Amino acid sequence: MPESQTVRDALNKKGAYGKDLDLDHYESDMDKQIVVDDMEKSDFKSYMKNVGIVADEMNRSGTIMFIDNRPSHCSPKTQEGLEYMPLQEAMKKYDGLKDYCWKAIDPTKDKYTASTYLDDADGYFVRVKSGYHIKSPLQTCMLLNTNKGAQKVHNVIIVEDNASLEMITGCSTAHHANDALHMGISEMYIGDNSSLSFSMIHSWGNQTGVRPRTATVIGKNSHFTNNYVIMHPVGTLQSFPSATLGDNSSATYNTMCIAYENSDIDTGGLVYLNGEKSRAEIMSRSISMGGKMCARGRMVGNAPGAKGHLECRSIILKDGGATLAIPELEAHIADVEMTHEAAVGKVARDQIEYLMSRGLDEDQAVSMIVKGFLSGASINGLPPELQKELDEAIAKANLGD
Amino acid sequence: MTDMLNIVDLHVEAGGREILKGVNLTVKEGETSVLFGPNGSGKSTLLASIMGYSAITVTSGKIIFKGVDITYLPVDERAKMGIGMMMQRPPNIYGVKLGDLLRATADDPDTAIKEADKFRMERFMEREINVGFSGGEIKRSELLQLTAQSPDLLLLDEPESGVDLESIDLIGNKVHDLLEERKDSNGRHVSSLVITHTGQIMDYIGAKYGYVMKNGVIDRLGDPMELLKEIRLQGYGE
Repeated sequence: MPESQTVRDALNKKGAYGKDLDLDHYESDMDKQIVVDDMEKSDFKSYMKNVGIVADEMNRSGTIMFIDNRPSHCSPKTQEGLEYMPLQEAMKKYDGLKDYCWKAIDPTKDKYTASTYLDDADGYFVRVKSGYHIKSPLQTCMLLNTNKGAQKVHNVIIVEDNASLEMITGCSTAHHANDALHMGISEMYIGDNSSLSFSMIHSWGNQTGVRPRTATVIGKNSHFTNNYVIMHPVGTLQSFPSATLGDNSSATYNTMCIAYENSDIDTGGLVYLNGEKSRAEIMSRSISMGGKMCARGRMVGNAPGAKGHLECRSIILKDGGATLAIPELEAHIADVEMTHEAAVGKVARDQIEYLMSRGLDEDQAVSMIVKGFLSGASINGLPPELQKELDEAIAKANLGD
Repeated sequence: MTDMLNIVDLHVEAGGREILKGVNLTVKEGETSVLFGPNGSGKSTLLASIMGYSAITVTSGKIIFKGVDITYLPVDERAKMGIGMMMQRPPNIYGVKLGDLLRATADDPDTAIKEADKFRMERFMEREINVGFSGGEIKRSELLQLTAQSPDLLLLDEPESGVDLESIDLIGNKVHDLLEERKDSNGRHVSSLVITHTGQIMDYIGAKYGYVMKNGVIDRLGDPMELLKEIRLQGYGE
């Protein structure tokens, strides 16, 4: 663990990307605990539903929820081989857990990590024991409930060897907490011959600041899927999650965003292909409805036989914003194969007219293509019920029609 | 029989170049005409002009459909009036599934989906339109969509190109069915304008007239079988 003073010095360190946020702006107290016993009767139910969290926990292995900085719900559901609880509680229970805290992410990375570290933030701890394959997704929820407050959470997920888990994690802002900041540190560890699918759906307020810091360390012969979806307005969001791959492992990042007017989104994925024959795919599809969208993708090839493909596609439906695709490929040895493609612009005229020649008017044609673009093949590995909700959200979104 | 389509002294530009240089052509109700001509003579541009694609610009002349001047109408209005197009190389429509488009455009969506197996397209309902389709699959998909639309005027751009022999029969029969739709004691009501290089499609469509296009104008008009024979023997006389 770094010296506190070193970390304190990092409190002034701006993030590598994205607009710099003044942490002093967020002064409200976030430490009041709101206990949610029955999610079905909770005032927060509609916020949860918006981000894929089902209150009745049907087809879910369990739920853990945080409101502001305190745990508010941890469902009594139990399943052999799966553990989930607040991180602070887990730290008391497992001495060895300190070997996983702040190991994948350096607290001095920037002011957001430093601030979360110095507050010794709570969050969720999830562990799948070796040999267990958890059938239904575990759901986690992070809600912002205090205006001008800064949520600081620190999550640790461990999927041991020969194990698998799907997680759905929803983050949202209550209407009255629009001008708040979310800082979420997530460290994930996947052992050998294992898999983790991590699907994040965000629905923030149009002034909310979002600065997650996420890193995943993956062993041998394992797979990690990261799905990221944001289909509602947000103030400023910047996130650049990373994965480090062991031998014969793979990682897939799928990002789907709509940048509404005044939204400023900067996200993507970074993969270190450190293992022999490791593979990665980073896909991003975004729509600018007058907002700013930056899609980053970066792959670093460090081991023989590593392969990767990166794809950033973006459609601009409304002027006023900006779209930036930054695909980066970096190789340190000869025996790697990495490719990328990026496309930015309006919907192709010939495609619109093809649909019009079947009788759709221009707006209907654009809307059909844009919705298809979003719901297309890019989100493979999304749990089916989440895909259904997503399709509904896309159908409801006012895209071109 | 009344006129379905009148093209009057049509001049069209594409990519800053004049492609059609005064085309005159009439298709009556229930009639099928065939367009021959060397590559680059303006056949596909003529069909694109009738459908109204924005890649072309009409500089003068008129396109009259069912007595209405449609020269500057948008594509979808032409489609709704009864014009249907089968493109030679339609664009890939990423993200839009064939089944979804059929459901959105067919007069009777349930029947359209059910009929897909008759076009050997039942396994393509969840596929993105044209993405990774073979030559024959593209044609069958186009015909399935056209059948769901049931147009009064069919514009077919080389329906047999890139298709294996087995599919040609299926495609020919489906085009035939489209033309025979609503046929009664007065004969056919559906008209068509068909581009062909090989003439293979002619076994199925009962074409009345053939036109030979050259350098952006109609060079000759005659019996389609006779014209085809001539072209096979002598080429386009260039």
